[in-house]
Amino acid sequence: MATETEGSAYGAAEAASAPGMPQLDFGTFPNQIFWLVVTLVVIYFVLSRVALPRIASVLAERQGTITNDLAAAEELKQKAVEAEEAYNKALADARAEAHRIVAEARAEIQADLDAATARADEAIAERTAESEKRIAEIRESALDGVRSVANDIAQDVVAAMGVTADDAALTAAIETQLKG
Amino acid sequence: MATEEASGGLSIHPMDQFIVKPLFGGDTIHWYTPTNVTLWMALAVVCVILLMVMGTRGRAVVPSRAQSVGELVYGFVHKMVEDVAGKDGVKFFPYIMTLFLFILFANTLGLIPMSFTTTSHIAVTAVMAFAVFITVTLVGFIKNGTAFLSLFWVSSAPLPLRPVLAIIELISYFVRPVSHSVRLAGAIMAGHAVMKVFAGFAAVTAVAPLAIGGMVAIYGLELLVAFIQAYVFTILTCVYLKDALHPHH
Repeated sequence: MATETEGSAYGAAEAASAPGMPQLDFGTFPNQIFWLVVTLVVIYFVLSRVALPRIASVLAERQGTITNDLAAAEELKQKAVEAEEAYNKALADARAEAHRIVAEARAEIQADLDAATARADEAIAERTAESEKRIAEIRESALDGVRSVANDIAQDVVAAMGVTADDAALTAAIETQLKG
Repeated sequence: MATEEASGGLSIHPMDQFIVKPLFGGDTIHWYTPTNVTLWMALAVVCVILLMVMGTRGRAVVPSRAQSVGELVYGFVHKMVEDVAGKDGVKFFPYIMTLFLFILFANTLGLIPMSFTTTSHIAVTAVMAFAVFITVTLVGFIKNGTAFLSLFWVSSAPLPLRPVLAIIELISYFVRPVSHSVRLAGAIMAGHAVMKVFAGFAAVTAVAPLAIGGMVAIYGLELLVAFIQAYVFTILTCVYLKDALHPHH
């Protein structure tokens, strides 16, 4: 290649320490600088028009999504706490209601029981009174029977002794005996 | 070639890889001639488009692999600009991103065997460094007016020292584009030349295992250097931008 041989020849003549260093071949500088400027301008426009705004928007969007998700999670957590509170409250309410129902039923049964007891007591008292009345009647009639039997026996006894006895005196004597 | 015959079989041409050649034959290189420079810069552009445009095409909230790499690069450079140059430096972010991606892809593409490394040429790095230097100087004067000159007047130093420091600061300011460009081109060129030398020795049976092992090691190192030099160039651009935006020490 012409440039290379030229460069090395020049380098050998100038200084042996740098034999044809291509970096110092000034003939290629305009070419390199031109293409460098083209390259940098192209990269700059690609980056500033397309890539960087896109990445910036993606990053912003991600940040927004993360923030939103965190807020949603916080909200859901709050809801869960509320739901737990509502559940506990419902449980307590149900328990209180059950207690109330049990107490009510107990009171009702107690009332029924009391009424039945009272009724039974009444019936027992009634029957007792009736029985006592009948016992008194029976005792009365038995006493009458005793009195007439005693009277008859006394008259028979008196008659057997050959004495006619006064009815009134007999009765009075029997009465005194019965009382004694 | 003459050197090949002279060295008798062992032909090491570490600098041949840097020769600018026309792509479609011919000897003359005009400023518009498509050369291997054109080809490898175009490939760098293609890589940038593949990563930053095609990779992010999905605009997914949960990114694909390519998109997350693109976002990683974006976040990395954006954070660097924001941290080093400050909030008002962010509007220069697309320029800095352009430099970073171009250097990164030019460096890494240059590591493909038989490729041509555009960033190993001082012409390329000097244009970028001077573009940064001129931009930063103009921004400094437009933003701060003559107050930009307070960059050279170290008000925290004792008064008698200030003129001396001013001269030193002024010299270091004007040396910036030189160091900025030579650092990148020098690091890349040296690494590639060393690799070529090792590759040349691999042809000699006695030292071949050593040469190949050395080449593998240097290749790994060069991958690191490719990234670090892109990072260094970018962060220095941010530092210079910070000086222009906030010239007070």
